[in-house]
Amino acid sequence: MSARITLTKSRGLERRKRNFVVAVIVPTVLLYTVLRIVPIAGTFYLSLYEWNLIKPNRPFVGLGNFAKLATDETFKVALVNTTVYTVLVVTISVALALLLALALKRKSRLGNLYEFAYFLPVVIPMVPVSILWKWMYDKTYGIINFTLNAVGLQGVGWLTDPNIALYSIIIMSIWKVLGYYMVLFLVGLRNVPDEYYEAGSVDGAVGWNAFRYITLPLLKPMLLYVCVIATIQAFNVFTPVYVMTTGSQSAPAASVRVLVYEIYQNAFRYFKAGYASAQVVVLFAIVMIVSIIQFKLLRADHY
Amino acid sequence: MIPLNHPSRSMAKNWYHVILLIGVGLMLFPFVWMFLTALKPEREILAVPPTFFPRTLTFENFTDIAHRIPVFRYFMNSVLVAVVSTVAVLVTSSFAGAVFAKYDFPFKNALFMIILGTTMVPFECYMIPFYLMVSKAGLIDSYTGIMLPLVITSFGIFLMRQHIATIPDDLMDAARIDGCNELGVFTSVILPLSKSALSALAIFQFMFGWAFFVWPLIVTNSSELFVLEVGLAMFQNQYAVEYGSVMAGASISVVPLIIVFLIFRENIVSGMALSGMKS
Repeated sequence: MSARITLTKSRGLERRKRNFVVAVIVPTVLLYTVLRIVPIAGTFYLSLYEWNLIKPNRPFVGLGNFAKLATDETFKVALVNTTVYTVLVVTISVALALLLALALKRKSRLGNLYEFAYFLPVVIPMVPVSILWKWMYDKTYGIINFTLNAVGLQGVGWLTDPNIALYSIIIMSIWKVLGYYMVLFLVGLRNVPDEYYEAGSVDGAVGWNAFRYITLPLLKPMLLYVCVIATIQAFNVFTPVYVMTTGSQSAPAASVRVLVYEIYQNAFRYFKAGYASAQVVVLFAIVMIVSIIQFKLLRADHY
Repeated sequence: MIPLNHPSRSMAKNWYHVILLIGVGLMLFPFVWMFLTALKPEREILAVPPTFFPRTLTFENFTDIAHRIPVFRYFMNSVLVAVVSTVAVLVTSSFAGAVFAKYDFPFKNALFMIILGTTMVPFECYMIPFYLMVSKAGLIDSYTGIMLPLVITSFGIFLMRQHIATIPDDLMDAARIDGCNELGVFTSVILPLSKSALSALAIFQFMFGWAFFVWPLIVTNSSELFVLEVGLAMFQNQYAVEYGSVMAGASISVVPLIIVFLIFRENIVSGMALSGMKS
C-alpha cells in the first residue's frame, strides 16, 4: 500500500520535473537557435551569394566572393592592419597583465587602490574612452604633445600621421584591456598553493626559477584562456577605429582600416551583404585557426 | 639569500610600489583630464599652455551639449536598454542555469557545450544575418530591435549553473515534500539562495548593455532611439573640435559607471574573474 503511494508520488514528481525541464529548455533552445545559431549559420550561407540589400535578385556565386576578396586591396590592408593590431595588443597586454598580477599577488595596503585603478578602464565603455583619448592625442591642443614639448621632444600627429595612427589606437587598447587580463591572471596565481613554492624553495626554485618551473606551468590553462579571448577581442576591434578616425577631422583612413570596419562599411554603407559575409567568414576562420594554434602550443608540452 | 630586513630588500619593495603607483597615475589620468576639460571654459581648453585645474569652473559645456543633442533622452534610452536586457538575462539565465545544474535530460551536456561554444563567436561575426532577420521582423529602429541580441548570454547561464550546483539537493527535496511544485522549488529555494550570483550577473549585464555599441549603431536610424553611446559617437563626429562639450558628453556616460564600479567593485571583479573559470 505505502509502496504504491511512494511509487505514484515519485511518478508524479518525475512528470513534474520533466514538465519543468521542457518548459525551460524549449524556450532556451528556441532563443539560442533564433538569436545565435541561425545568424551564425546565415553568415556562411550569405557568403555564397551576391546578396545586395537593395537589389531583388540574389544570384548564387559559390566561392566567387572569396575569389574577389583575394584581389581586394582594401581588404588586404585591413587584414594586415588587424593582424598587426592583434599581435601587438595581445602580446603586450598579456605580458604586462602577467607582470602586474605577479606584483599584486601578495595583498598590500594599496591593493584596493591598485585594483580600482587598473580595472577602471575595463568597465568604461569604448565610446567615451575613444573620445577622451582622441582629445589627449590631439596634435595641437592635446595633453600628450604638450607634455612631449615640455620635455623638449617633438609632438606627433597621433591620429593624423598614417605611420602612427594604428599604433596610437594600439596603445589605447592595451590601456583599456590590461586590467581584465590582470584579474584573470590573479585568479590563476592565487590558485597556486603556497606549499608548492615552499617545496620549490627547498630545491632552490626561487625568483625566476620559481616562476619558470612552478608558476608558469600551473598558470598555463589561464594563460591559454586569456590568449584566446584576447585574440578574439582584438581581431574584432571596431569601436575605437570608428570613433577616432571618422568624422570631420578626417584621419588617414587606409592606415587604420580594420576588418570589422571594412565589414561594417560593405554591409551597411554599400549594402553588399554577401560580400561582407564572405569577409566575416575569413575573419572567423583566422580567429579559429589562431585559437587552435594557441591550444596546441600551450597544451602540448607538459612539465 | 638576502635577509628579509636587509635595506636592499625594502628598497626593492618600495621600487615596485613606485612603479605600480606610476601605473595607477597612467590608468586614472585620462579620466581626470576628461572631467577637468569638461569643467573648463573653451579659452582655457585651447590655451597654450593649457591650464591644469580650471581657473574658472563652469558647467557651460554640459548646458551646451544638452542644447544641441537630447542627451538626457539618450541617457534614458541607455538606462532602458540596460535595465530591460538585465532583467531578461536574469530570468533566462536563472531558469536555464537551474535546469542545467539540477535536472537530467537527454543531450544535456551537448546542449550546454553548444551554448558555451557560442561565446567563441562574437556578435560582429553574425551581425549581418541578424540585421536581415530583425529587418524582416519589422523591428529596425525599435527598442525591441536594440535589445534583441541582449536577452540571453551564455556567460549568465554558465554563472548561474555554477552557483546553483552548490545548492544542496536536500533543500529542494524538503520543499517538494512541503508540497512545492518545481516552479515553487525554483522561486522559494533556488532564487533566494542565488542572490549573490544574481546581483553579480545583474551588474555585469547592466554594464555590458550600457557599453553595447555596434548593434545600436546599425539598428537605429532615428535619433530619438539613440542610446548614449551612439548619440555621443554621432555628436563627436560632427563637433570633434569642440572638446569641451564632447568631454562633457563623455563624462555623462562615464560617471554612472564609475559610481556603479565604486559601489560594486568586489562583485564586478569577482564576476569578471569567474568568466575565466570556464577554462
